[in-house]
Amino acid sequence: MIAPAKPDLVTVNIDGQEIAVPKGTNVIEAARLVNVDVPHYCYHPKLSVVGNCRMCLIEMGMPAVDPATKAPIMDPATGKQKINWIPRPQIGCGTNVSPGLHVKTTSPMVKDAREGVMEFLLINHPLDCPICDQAGECKLQEQATGYGRGYSRFVEQKNVKPKRTQLGPRVTLDDERCILCSRCIRFSKEIAQDDVLGFVDRGSYSTLTCYPGKKLENNYSLNTVDICPVGALTSTDFRFKMRVWFLKQTNAIDTESSVGANTLVWSREGTIYRITPRRNDEVNDTWLADSARVLYKAVKAADRLAATETIEVLVARAAALFKSTPGAIAVVGSARSTVEEQFFTRHLATALKASAQLVSRVGQGDKLLISADRNPNVRGALVTGLIKTLPAQQLTDLAAQIDAGKIKVVVAINEDLAAAGLTAAQLAKVSIVYLGAHANATSAAAKVVFPTLTVFEKSGTYVNQQFRIQKTLKAVPAAAGATDDLVVLAQLVAAAGGAALPAELGLLWKVIAAEVPALATMTFANLPETGLVLDATPYAALPFVEGETLHYKPAQPAVAAATA
Amino acid sequence: MAVITVERKPLTFLERTYLPQIAGGLKTTFKHLIAPKKTLEYPEQRPAIPVGYRGVPTLVKDPNGREKCVSCQLCEFVCPPKAIRITPGEIPADQADRAHVEKGPQAFDIDMLRCIYCGLCQEVCPEEAIFLQNQFSMSGYTRAEMVNDKDRLYELGGTLPDAHHKWDKKKTAEEHGNAH
Repeated sequence: MIAPAKPDLVTVNIDGQEIAVPKGTNVIEAARLVNVDVPHYCYHPKLSVVGNCRMCLIEMGMPAVDPATKAPIMDPATGKQKINWIPRPQIGCGTNVSPGLHVKTTSPMVKDAREGVMEFLLINHPLDCPICDQAGECKLQEQATGYGRGYSRFVEQKNVKPKRTQLGPRVTLDDERCILCSRCIRFSKEIAQDDVLGFVDRGSYSTLTCYPGKKLENNYSLNTVDICPVGALTSTDFRFKMRVWFLKQTNAIDTESSVGANTLVWSREGTIYRITPRRNDEVNDTWLADSARVLYKAVKAADRLAATETIEVLVARAAALFKSTPGAIAVVGSARSTVEEQFFTRHLATALKASAQLVSRVGQGDKLLISADRNPNVRGALVTGLIKTLPAQQLTDLAAQIDAGKIKVVVAINEDLAAAGLTAAQLAKVSIVYLGAHANATSAAAKVVFPTLTVFEKSGTYVNQQFRIQKTLKAVPAAAGATDDLVVLAQLVAAAGGAALPAELGLLWKVIAAEVPALATMTFANLPETGLVLDATPYAALPFVEGETLHYKPAQPAVAAATA
Repeated sequence: MAVITVERKPLTFLERTYLPQIAGGLKTTFKHLIAPKKTLEYPEQRPAIPVGYRGVPTLVKDPNGREKCVSCQLCEFVCPPKAIRITPGEIPADQADRAHVEKGPQAFDIDMLRCIYCGLCQEVCPEEAIFLQNQFSMSGYTRAEMVNDKDRLYELGGTLPDAHHKWDKKKTAEEHGNAH
């Protein structure tokens, strides 16, 4: 692990290149800094070092000194200090740098050692790459090609192990492919805090199993599939669905809570096949909750809304509603919308002279990658000025106003009003303009329904609990009959008599930067992949609900009932 | 531009009678009347297909009548005109003779309007399941007819001898191998 600004640097020499690295760095990470690949299986930068795969063997040595006088011994041939090379290979993952350390990663001894390790790893490997889901992203394939001897000398019968063990509801194990690196065991123990995995039996009969009577069923079980360097642990959902080399990767954000874990969406020809974590050392390291990986199913859900009329007709109908009841309109925005949509929502509320409200969702935080606030973008609404205080879980004010007859039209953007506490009678009493991707009680009661997009079909930004603004990109084209939220909102703002706003992100961000002081220097294009932390001090007094999660500590003790 | 005047030679007496030319033409006609035939009465007669001919790509079964394709999708990947489209699927555990293969195609379509008969699919197949065989004429009235689905591909492909019996060996190992 590389700490960014450790003052005590150590100079090491890797394959003849000198580099200063922080103390405590191991040889694999130090070599990575000089673009030297040290192949490894069991080492993972976010897990403890065990050194059991032996793939990262390197040759190392220290500058020679006279044992008695401690004076450096010079090599007369080169005129430099002599290096005492250790005659046996050492593991790179378990070797931390020390001053003057010399490392060889390409010497004949290292090459020999790697070939030997590869040969042993492949002895009992079934070589069923044609049916293996890991093919294409398999370390064993890559390193057999890069560092193996290229042919097999093994003529004996291979070991036979179970091929489709269900370790849990989402993970299937192929024991024959396992190379016993123990990454999954260490992940379960150290990160997921659910120590259910372990090896039983000895030698080449060693087998990965669950503790008797237990299952690998915690909400982080699929991370074991991600970190498995071979095809032993496979995702039951993705198993045999598509080869990875067909899939296009798109950077996205997990929208299930305010953690904003960085994700990669893997899609082919408009169909999403899986979601995996994207490394961000400030947010989610290399992990992602299982619940975040099934969100893509919303794209092709049976209850997706599809427009039967053109958007112009729908906008005209909404405009007629706006004109018929001036001053009696309420806007319910969403903390699940992107920053851009919330910016439009604010404009819509201003144009309609209505106050915008949001709905809060609070659940139990799991102290890792799911926070108590299940809305991904409450802070985005604060930054764009859509709201000044934190939203409530129920729309009680709105309900009272509807009962009193003060509100005649409600614009609901991505929020189910019935779920937010409005009764069917209250919904029937008002004319609803609904924007959303899926059918629900509100869309059923709505006078005008604009089918819009899921998060995977649009680009935008979210502000997570650290006030880190992160962007998510469009992975698949919009479903038939659905329109981009920004296009709909821009037309609604215009219909309500507001300013003409561009729905294209590049142009829109110029407007946002001009109007929102906190985002003044930003453009959508130059927002870094790992996000940008905004100034949180104006909001320090707000009682946010999040408790502690990975890389996040609340500024003050979380107030559990703050939003009630 | 210079003008070149070409002088036309006058015809000789024999040439003016046309008789030598008629005789020459008849000679060629009669020669071919008695010469051995070079053409075939296609489609009733079919030419002999040389070894290594690259006809319509087909899927073949092993000598035990089992599907060889494991839907690894390498042919789909390598296909230059993107004519192949595979939907992979899992073989259920209750199929006694196939369960150990685990994976097989649910659907396998080759669009013969796209196929360029390059044979890369046959070359890349790790299971020796796809072969370009002798069939050379494909016709149909609609575009849909020109897409060979899995059933049609197996019908065209038939069974070819298998030198390896890779998955049978795997099953034998499973039953008698170094199981613990």
